[in-house]
Amino acid sequence: MDLLNALVALTNFVIVPAMAYGSQLALGALGVTLIYGILRFSNFAHGDTMAMGTMFAVLITWALQGAGVSLGPLPTALLSIPFAIAITAALMLLTDRVVYRFYRAQRVKPVILVIVSIGVMFVYNGVIRFIIGPEDQRFADGARFLISARDFKNATGLEEGLAIKSTQALTVVTAILVVAALFWFLNRTRTGKSMRAYSDNEDLALLSGINPERVVMVTWLIVAALATIAGVLYGLDKSFKPFTYFQLLLPIFAAAIVGGLGSPIGAIAGGFVVAFSEIGITYAWKKVLGYMMPESLAPDGLVQLLSTEYKFAVSFAILVIVLLFRPTGLFRGKSV
Amino acid sequence: MSYSQRTFALFALVGVLILATGFLQSWNSALLIINMGLVSALMALGVNLQWGLAGLFNVGVMGFVALGGLAVVLVSEQPIPEAWKAGGPGILIGLLIGFGTITGAVMLWKRLTGRARGLSVFAVLLVGLYVFRTVFDPAVSAVEAVDPAATGYLGGLGLPVLLAWPAGGLLAAAAAWAIGKTALGLRSDYLAIATLGISEIVLAVMKNEDWLARGVKNVNGLERPLPYEIDLQADPGFVEAAAGFGLDPMTASTLYVKFGYMILCAIVLIAVLVLAQLALKSPWGRMMRAIRDNEVSARAMGKNVTARHLQVFVLGSAICGIAGAMMTTLDGQLTPSTYQPLRYTFLIWVIVIVGGSGNNLGSVLGGMLIWFLWVQVEPLGQLLMAGITAGMADGSALKTHLLDSVQHMRFLTMGLVLLLVLRFSPRGLLPER
Repeated sequence: MDLLNALVALTNFVIVPAMAYGSQLALGALGVTLIYGILRFSNFAHGDTMAMGTMFAVLITWALQGAGVSLGPLPTALLSIPFAIAITAALMLLTDRVVYRFYRAQRVKPVILVIVSIGVMFVYNGVIRFIIGPEDQRFADGARFLISARDFKNATGLEEGLAIKSTQALTVVTAILVVAALFWFLNRTRTGKSMRAYSDNEDLALLSGINPERVVMVTWLIVAALATIAGVLYGLDKSFKPFTYFQLLLPIFAAAIVGGLGSPIGAIAGGFVVAFSEIGITYAWKKVLGYMMPESLAPDGLVQLLSTEYKFAVSFAILVIVLLFRPTGLFRGKSV
Repeated sequence: MSYSQRTFALFALVGVLILATGFLQSWNSALLIINMGLVSALMALGVNLQWGLAGLFNVGVMGFVALGGLAVVLVSEQPIPEAWKAGGPGILIGLLIGFGTITGAVMLWKRLTGRARGLSVFAVLLVGLYVFRTVFDPAVSAVEAVDPAATGYLGGLGLPVLLAWPAGGLLAAAAAWAIGKTALGLRSDYLAIATLGISEIVLAVMKNEDWLARGVKNVNGLERPLPYEIDLQADPGFVEAAAGFGLDPMTASTLYVKFGYMILCAIVLIAVLVLAQLALKSPWGRMMRAIRDNEVSARAMGKNVTARHLQVFVLGSAICGIAGAMMTTLDGQLTPSTYQPLRYTFLIWVIVIVGGSGNNLGSVLGGMLIWFLWVQVEPLGQLLMAGITAGMADGSALKTHLLDSVQHMRFLTMGLVLLLVLRFSPRGLLPER
């Protein structure tokens, strides 16, 4: 029985990775949910939008690294984020102008917009492959660990180490700042309020003189920022590979739907629900249980409910359970 | 131009494009376009049945196609007696336990109410999972330990490979039934996300369950319904006949095999197309379209919308499964790692939309046209890039990069084609009538 070691092992292998992953998912799901709330369709191109933003950030980071710019212990990629957001935002506005606006004017059914977003997904994917290629790219630099396992062991004298990667800490801090800024914007500023009004009741918002094109434009700008930040944080934490970003679509949508599509707070909660279940179910609990139980009862197997390859099954199962038992999500999103 | 003239003209155009490929490039690539076009057209027919006729948004095509491929291995490969002896019964019993647990949980959920329901279902699932893992896991390790470099799986039934085509349809239909039971009745984009998830799970199973079809170690050299090229080249009668056409034996044998596959695929496609057309014009087809256009009023007329959706979802997925089995037979190998959603799900959607949703002939036309583009974009892109980079210094980084990225132009082109069609001809090349 060694609860302290069990707690440290749990934190090291489950809580810390899930916090970081959950923050990344939450930022992605916020983008999906905003588009759903304002433009009223599920954006299949969101994964590739994240990849696009990250690609710009990677290219700018390489340029900065080449020029000898460095942030010391922090990754240089942080410097590139504002520029990457600007380029991604320009691209979003261009896409909206060239593609989506036509269908908005026609007031087509949402499912047509979903198919249109599949076309956009193809184009973005092609452009990304064209510019940076489909391979893995690493662009993280700076200090690797905030706390390394060995330092932790030396400091506390415990058997288990606790390692926190600097990118994990950075992810959580950035996500908190971004979410705080977003909520301040949505609840306190005039533009944010008009966005919420437009999302709640389009006709009423139009009657009160809210300019729909302006609302849509601001939405795309925010989505570009969220997608780029989420993508860069994910890329720093793991690595940048365009195809993985496409696959993130499933957990991100699961997070947005679990929280209730159209509800920003739900997207954040959903992100953490998905991340914690995914990591909790695919983690081998042998070590933690071994510390918690008397030696004679210690488990023989790995006590892993599902192998890591089936993490998609977890997001999917959560999605189906929520849709069957609470179709509007945990936070009463809209269901058109 | 009347509808039939338009149909004829467009099919003639695709015919000319493929013939031009044959005359200008090689008959080999022309037959490749036709074969893959036929198989993709079949998948598109399945999706068109679900989307065009019933308005179901299924983006899990890849999963059903992969299940069809799995059926080829399960039906046509020879069984491996040592593996069966090592762990066959354990795996079968384990699967039965898993199946029984889920059925039991569903039954309990339906029977009980209140807090007892949640607790008992949870308990059944937990105990079931534990028993399943204790029976299943050792059997799997035992099977996978049998000569892992060559086999390491249970093998198939050793039946003729053509039987795998309907078997693929059945396997996909069974999966579709289970999915439809849970996910149908969701709103369109929820269904889309759910099917996307299912297809990823199917692929994850195929990649990781080595006992089933060797996972990422692939199964190569699958049975073929047609003779091998090598055997043809060794056959003096064939060599003589080839010489009569003025072809060397090597080219003649590849053409012969590809042509044979073309006939086989064409027979299946035509059969399914005729059935689909008959269904479209039947009272059943009218009912499906009525449900698609206005679910509420169809329900008010006493139509069982949920049951009809399940029916058409299973039918369409079965067609995708048959096509998947055919494609794996054509490839001669099952490689789970090559299945990608863009290529196997969304490309089929491009075919359906470009051809015209709701029009079966449109799906066939779209399949041929899109495959022509898919194959030809690369040489055309190379020409284009050669033109663009002609002025640049040899060996410059940009020039190399541009020439290297030609292979990635396919997705870009497909996206542009989809967006252009949606914008300027939203009902597709051959609109629904």
